[in-house]
Amino acid sequence: MIALLLRDLRLALRAGGGFGLGLAFFLILTVLVPFSVGPQSALLASIAPGVLWLGALLACLLSLDRLLALDYEDGTLDVLATAPLPLEAALAVKAIAHWITTGLPLVIAAPFLGVLLNLPPQGFGWLVLSLLLGTPALSMIGTFGAALTVGIKRGGLLLSLLVLPLYVPTLIFGAEAARRGAIGMELETPLLMLSGISLGSIALLPFAAAAALRMTIR
Amino acid sequence: MLRLKNIAVARGGVPVLSGVSFALEAGQALILRGPNGSGKTTLLRTIAGLQPALSGEMEGAEDRVAYSGHADGLKAMLSVAENLKFWAAVYGQHDIEGALEAYALAPLSDRLAGTLSAGQKRRAGLARLMVTGRPIWILDEPTVSLDAATVGLFADAVRAHLGGGGIALLATHIDLGLEAQVLDVAPLRAMPADLHGASDEAFL
Repeated sequence: MIALLLRDLRLALRAGGGFGLGLAFFLILTVLVPFSVGPQSALLASIAPGVLWLGALLACLLSLDRLLALDYEDGTLDVLATAPLPLEAALAVKAIAHWITTGLPLVIAAPFLGVLLNLPPQGFGWLVLSLLLGTPALSMIGTFGAALTVGIKRGGLLLSLLVLPLYVPTLIFGAEAARRGAIGMELETPLLMLSGISLGSIALLPFAAAAALRMTIR
Repeated sequence: MLRLKNIAVARGGVPVLSGVSFALEAGQALILRGPNGSGKTTLLRTIAGLQPALSGEMEGAEDRVAYSGHADGLKAMLSVAENLKFWAAVYGQHDIEGALEAYALAPLSDRLAGTLSAGQKRRAGLARLMVTGRPIWILDEPTVSLDAATVGLFADAVRAHLGGGGIALLATHIDLGLEAQVLDVAPLRAMPADLHGASDEAFL
């Protein structure tokens, strides 16, 4: 399992691995929003948590179709499916690798980009916390979607359509937690719901993803 | 030991072979022959556990198989040694020196797999079987894009594997000079009557 994780991280960091893709998209989106909304700092401050969460979610989505497709094309998935490592564990590891290369950089970058959007000072900690709790769910749900669509040529569109509805609860509770944090409201409920979604996805979806993958590599 | 009894296999919901039976003891090899599209790959994938058989019994394949299909399972942006070390680690092994030596890959071990020629990639893909430590090798058209000298290296590797008590199943059309049983799958083509219950479309 460690070997698979290290290999995926190494591949992501080498040329053509797509490591910076999600981060660059996140950066572009949040830099452009102030230009398109105009110089209204009060308005920007109130939409900042939502924009940052939406940006993080779309950045995650952008890198999903590479998650399993490359391994499918070069035959790695066939060999992994016959290896002693259970497919459930292999997919959980791939989700972790995706989170480390996509989700974690977004969590780290978010407070810096929050400055551009005039996020109120008390909101920074809550924004980072909500992203930290929510992005693992995005990676895990995305891995499930990728396992469902891996056999389909150019399956990116179908993958987005399948995954977006599943992302909605994470977005609602994540952005709500960040918004309440930014204006100093009580935010225990959305944070608990967000953690619940993440823990539930991590506990259940590796099994669903492995079942889906066994169907698609047949 | 590997034993198949009356196995029927399907591809895309259509049965392609039925009534496949054979038994292999340690140290034996079996070569599958048959025209294109006769179901050799499907049969090998079924034995490897990548898809379920339609019917029949199979014994001895569970968790003992190393599978090599049409694709090599190499990452273009990793070196040959990194690729092999990764697969060795997945199978709980460490030593890749023997595999590098058997396929004369030592001079290439630091090259990125993406920069190798088709034949060199194939050699690295075949070397992967040696680092798995698994007793049953399943090889689908292993000699594609190999030159005559490398086919010799490959035949030696298979012979050494069999000599060590391994089992090999090959789908190939060239003569490797191995002492092996030959199974022609052409007469085992599934009849339309076997179509019943073959499709899993209802679940899709």
